[in-house]
Amino acid sequence: MSLDRPLTRNVRPDRTPTDLAAYEANGGYQGLRRALGKLVPAECLQIIKDSNLRGRGGAGFPTGMKWSFVPMENASPGHKYLVCNADEMEPGTFKDRLLLECDPHQLIEGMILAAYTIQADIAYIFIRAEYHLAAQLLREAIAACNAKGYLGENILGSDYSLTMHVHTSAGRYICGEETALINSLEGKRATPRAKPPFPQVSGLWGRPTIVNNVETLCNIPHIIERGADWFQALGLTADAGTKMYGVSGRVKNPGCWELPMGTPIREILMEYAGGMEDGYQLRGFLPGGGSTDFLTPEHLDLAMDYDTIGKAGSRMGTGTMIILDDKTCPVGFVTNLMEFFARESCGFCTPCRDGLPWSAQVLNDIEQGRGLPEDLHTLARQVTFIGAIGNTHCALAPGAMEPLASGLKYFREDFERHISGGHCPWCDGGVN
Amino acid sequence: MQSPLIPNLSDQEISAIDNEIAHAPCRAAVAIDALKIVQSHRGWVSDASLQAIARHLHMSAAELDGIATFYNLIFRRPVGEQVILLCNSITCWIKGASQIQQQISARLHIGLGETSADNQYTLLPVTCLGACDRAPVMLVGEQLHTHLDDAALELIFRSREEAEE
Ligand SMILES: Cc1cc2nc3c(=O)[nH]c(=O)nc-3n(C[C@H](O)[C@H](O)[C@H](O)COP(=O)(O)O)c2cc1C
Ligand code: SF4
Repeated sequence: MSLDRPLTRNVRPDRTPTDLAAYEANGGYQGLRRALGKLVPAECLQIIKDSNLRGRGGAGFPTGMKWSFVPMENASPGHKYLVCNADEMEPGTFKDRLLLECDPHQLIEGMILAAYTIQADIAYIFIRAEYHLAAQLLREAIAACNAKGYLGENILGSDYSLTMHVHTSAGRYICGEETALINSLEGKRATPRAKPPFPQVSGLWGRPTIVNNVETLCNIPHIIERGADWFQALGLTADAGTKMYGVSGRVKNPGCWELPMGTPIREILMEYAGGMEDGYQLRGFLPGGGSTDFLTPEHLDLAMDYDTIGKAGSRMGTGTMIILDDKTCPVGFVTNLMEFFARESCGFCTPCRDGLPWSAQVLNDIEQGRGLPEDLHTLARQVTFIGAIGNTHCALAPGAMEPLASGLKYFREDFERHISGGHCPWCDGGVN
Repeated sequence: MQSPLIPNLSDQEISAIDNEIAHAPCRAAVAIDALKIVQSHRGWVSDASLQAIARHLHMSAAELDGIATFYNLIFRRPVGEQVILLCNSITCWIKGASQIQQQISARLHIGLGETSADNQYTLLPVTCLGACDRAPVMLVGEQLHTHLDDAALELIFRSREEAEE
C-alpha cells in the first residue's frame, strides 16, 4: 500500500522548487477555493479542531484550540496578524527547510487559510537570515499569488483581503520563541515577553496574533480540502496526520521523510535512515532536536508521537532525531549543546544568562579532564534549578537542561570515567 | 538639525528603507531591516552608518545599537568580502566540524571571528544551519556547502581563488 504523503507530494528528489503552475496542476489552491466559496471562518476552525492537528514547532499545542483564543467579535477593530515561524534553528532540525524550498505555495495556501479562519488581514513569514533560497522563492511565490488574486484585495472575488510579507531575520536562536519573534518583528531586541497576555489576544503591536510553525501551516490546505476524518486516519496512533521525521548523525542515510504520525522509531532509524554507519553502534538519541531528553536503544520500539515519547521521559519536539554513536563522547555531545544554548541565551534572566555558561564551563572542564567528583553534584543542582519550568523567563533554559539531565542519567559512568581518569576516553583514542 | 559628522545614506539605501517603512506602523519598526539594508550595501554597520540610520528612523543611536548588537548577523565591525558561517552545532560537530574549522583556519590563517589579511574572508561560527542530513556544512556568502571534508574544502577555495584571478 502506498503511503499518503500530502506534505511532500510536490517534493522532487532533486529538490527543485514547485512553481505556481505545477502546484495548481497538482490540485493546489483547491482548499482555498473550497473555503472562500463555501465555508465561513467558524466552519474552518471547527474542521481544524476536529482534525486534532497539533503544532509541529516543538510544543505540540493543539492548533484549533490556539486559534480559538483569537477574539472574533468586532469589539476591538484593527489589525489581526498571522505569523509563520520559519526560524528553524533548533540543533539537528532540518524539516522546515525542505518544505520551504520545495513547495513554497503549499505554505502560502496554508497561511491564507489560517489567516482567513482567524480573520487576520496581515501575514508575515519570519524566516531565518541564512535561508536565502527559501526567502527568495517565497517572495516570488507571494508576487505570483498577488498577480493571480490568491492574495491582496478581495481574494478570489470574496470580501476577504490579506497582505503577506516576508521578514528575513538577522540571527539568534531565541527569535524562534514566539514572543521573542514578535518583538523582533517589531524591530526590537528578541527578548521573550511575559505571558499572559498570550499573543492570541495581544501579540504583534498589541493586536491578536497567531504564530505557527511552517509544517503546521503546510497541513492546513489538505485538512480543509480533505476533511478532519481523513487527517485523523493518517496517524497510526492517537495523534493525527503525518509528520516530517528526520535522522542525522552516523547513520547510513541521513534525511527527512514524511511518514504517518506514530511510526515506530525503529522503522524510521533502520528502514529510512538505513541503520547505523558500518563500524558504529547506537548508544542513544535525542528524539526531536537539541532540547529534548536522550532516549536509548531500549526505546526503539516506541511510536514516534507526542504522548508516547512524553511518557518515555522525553519530548517529540521537532521530530528530527540526533544520533549518539559509540565513537562519539557523550560528555562532548552534551557540552556542544550546552555551549550552543549558553551562546544563544538572550540574556534577559539570570538563571539562564549566568547559569548556562556555568554549566557549559563545568561540562567543558570534565570533557578536558579537569573535572572533580563534586562537579556532578553541581550539574545535578543546575538541572534542578535552571531546568524547572517557571524559574526562567522562557523555555530556552529548561530545554537546554534536558540533554544534560538525561545524559547524567543514561551515561553517568562516562562522566565518571572522565573525572576519575582525568581525560576524555574518546579524545585520547583520536576519534573525536 | 543635521550634524556634519553623520554621513548621509545613499538614495538607494533610503528608498529601500522607505519601502519597508511604507508598510510598518512606525519608523522604528524597520530597525532591523534598515540595518540589514545598509549592511548589504556597505558590508558592515559602522558607528557613522548607525547614526545615519538612527536619524532616518527618528530613534537614538544608542537604542539602535542595542538592537544591532543583539543580532549576530548585524556586523558592527568590518568583515571580509565573504563571510564564512561555519556550523558548529551538534550534528556537524559529530561529523567533524572542529577538523573542518582547523582546515579553514590553517588555509586562511584566521581563527573564529577573524578576517584574513587579504580581506577576502571572515570566519564565524553559526547556529545549526538546518542541513544536518548533509553535515558538516557551511555558508560562504549565500552559498551553502555541504558534506564538507578536506577534498571539498580544497575545491571550494581553489575555485574561488581561480575565479578571482
Ligand atoms: C528557545 C525556543 C526556540 C524556538 N524556536 C522555534 C523555531 O525555530 N521554529 C518554530 O516553529 N518554533 C520554535 N519554537 C516554538 C515557538 O515558540 C512556538 O511554540 C511555535 O512556533 C508555535 O507553532 P506551532 O503551534 O505551530 O507549533 C521555539 C521555542 C523556544 C522556547
Ligand atoms: S531563559 Fe534564557 S533565553 Fe529565555 S528569557 Fe531567560 S535569558 Fe532569555
